[in-house]
Amino acid sequence: MQSFTTHTGVVAALNRANVDTDQIIPKQFLKRIERTGFGQFLFCDWRFLADGGLNPEFELNQPAAAGASVLLARRNFGCGSSREHAPWALADYGFRAVIAPTFADIFFNNCFQNGMVPIRLDEADVEELFKRAAAAAAAEAQYRLTVDLKACTVSDDAGFSRSFTVDPFRRQCLLEGLDDIALSLRHTDEVAAWEAAHGLPAVSG
Amino acid sequence: MPTARTLLDKIWDDHVVCSPAGELPLLYIDRHLVHEVTSPQAFEGLRLAGRKVRRPEATFATPDHNVPTSDRRLPIADPISKQQIDTLRANCREFGVRLFDLDDADQGIVHVIGPELGITQPGMTIVCGDSHTATHGALGSLAFGIGTSEVEHVLATQTLRQAKPKSLELRVEGRLPAGVTAKDIVLYLIGKLSTEGGVGHVIEYTGECIRSLGMEQRMTVCNMSIEAGARAGMIAPDAITFDYLRGRDLAPKGAAFDAAVARWEKLPSDPGAAYDRVETFKAADVVPQVTWGTNPAQVTGVDATVPDPGRFADPNDRSSAERALDYMGLAGGTRIVDIPLDRVFIGSCTNSRIEDLRAAAGVVRGYRVAPTVRAMVVPGSGRVKRQAEAEGLDRVFREAGFDWREAGCSMCLGMNPDTLAPQERCASTSNRNFEGRQGKGGRTHLVSPAMAAAAAVTGHFVDVRDWQYK
Repeated sequence: MQSFTTHTGVVAALNRANVDTDQIIPKQFLKRIERTGFGQFLFCDWRFLADGGLNPEFELNQPAAAGASVLLARRNFGCGSSREHAPWALADYGFRAVIAPTFADIFFNNCFQNGMVPIRLDEADVEELFKRAAAAAAAEAQYRLTVDLKACTVSDDAGFSRSFTVDPFRRQCLLEGLDDIALSLRHTDEVAAWEAAHGLPAVSG
Repeated sequence: MPTARTLLDKIWDDHVVCSPAGELPLLYIDRHLVHEVTSPQAFEGLRLAGRKVRRPEATFATPDHNVPTSDRRLPIADPISKQQIDTLRANCREFGVRLFDLDDADQGIVHVIGPELGITQPGMTIVCGDSHTATHGALGSLAFGIGTSEVEHVLATQTLRQAKPKSLELRVEGRLPAGVTAKDIVLYLIGKLSTEGGVGHVIEYTGECIRSLGMEQRMTVCNMSIEAGARAGMIAPDAITFDYLRGRDLAPKGAAFDAAVARWEKLPSDPGAAYDRVETFKAADVVPQVTWGTNPAQVTGVDATVPDPGRFADPNDRSSAERALDYMGLAGGTRIVDIPLDRVFIGSCTNSRIEDLRAAAGVVRGYRVAPTVRAMVVPGSGRVKRQAEAEGLDRVFREAGFDWREAGCSMCLGMNPDTLAPQERCASTSNRNFEGRQGKGGRTHLVSPAMAAAAAVTGHFVDVRDWQYK
């Protein structure tokens, strides 16, 4: 898995609550059997007009969000379906971190498997970040944030700095880019003992 | 370990394999359900790493999301859907997983066939790469949806890395009023909790109202737990659960069944067990529900009006409502019963079981679908379809002008040929009214099977409590 230590990138401000995984990656694009190539379909119904051209109104299509790699959103980001295609699409598009006041559980877990950090900040802090991003956009500039997973901080170069919490195990796996299945397979003896204690037949090999 | 434990505590404690220092606990998974959309990358991961499925006999697969619900003898027209279904078939063969394939009499929606075949049992941990896995919690199991990387982890290790979720007791007191169904209860609860009210929690539904529900109605309630953001939903097993499971194909038989019941009887939460949160509601307050917006918490009673966005105090709620009404083509203040419909869909893992079809057929019997409406019924499994046909329900639907289809997810998510056209308005018994869920630009109103059936006849929503049954 791709590791994550620290990342500085342009912020795309998606000023919407309850962004669901059906919006992040509409279902007509779930039929691929690979993990790659989903970025082109990210937010498809919002990003593109009926004629296939870019929708200039959509947040990710604004000049301020060009080349963005940090996504800023409102409450309950990633609700709905369990589809890991949603974080696959975000990561494939270029996002390395998503910041929101709250996330849906399954989406939150899925991010860690894909080298992407979901960051929960207080609603007031998220509001402040939206203001700073809007101010930069009004000045025809881009707003950048640095996510430091070692220090567990989000900061800009104009005095904003907040720490965030993340499960220590998930953090370690991300920092080192560990294969969590390999880690779990180290506990095969304990799994076999659990199975034996619960009367399940032994697994060969 | 506290002496008085909840149902969640008991299942959790029994399944923690180990909690290594500095790591998340490993939870043992008893049953793993697999479908064609979220599994191909997981099997590919196993293949690339040279890994096997640890317990193929605890893993069950069926194609459901992509499958056409028209004539099964015809080839699948969409080459990409066909490739995903072919891939599932090849993966199941290679890794030794039991597949209920398209030509199998027991094929169906994964959350319908799990309980129906007795794969789902009380006290088990059950996962599937699908967020509506909480359905299985209706039988007193801990069942939740996972992502594809986690599917691969479970295939390889039969465990999952999980922090223990918090517990939320939703108590619904009193008896269900006449004409109000399990779907109305759960939509009402989601409306009260919001789409994120349950995040980080496992809901246990309790109270007289929940206890009085039949097994399939309990599945409808647990099914939609994710729509309140909850990790899972569960209901303590009781005589209704045991009667439902007795004789099911893959449930224990004879003395083994009696021994299992003796174990299952110990699962309900102990008196005095503490939940992290408790919310109490009255069944008498619930009327038939209709969603007006683009998430399941944007819901109201059939006797009410579409809300005016200006009335929401929270700016997030207000802008969500404005955006939703714009998408839905509705104005605040419109009476729900004045909303006209183009389509009616009865089906999905929420409402495609035999009790759902009986309820809908009861309303439809002796009536015709309104000339302005196209209506379809999609049974949840091959078994449900055969049972309905044995009872003559298919004739009731067909004679009224409904399409009668083969089993699958169908228009719940429109990954197959069953979709809405842009701006078509649909009364749907499914679980999500997200933008584009049933087809790009399609407008979805979530309702119960009885409400959907009545709307099909009249061409607009009506209060099914006033229905003249023939």
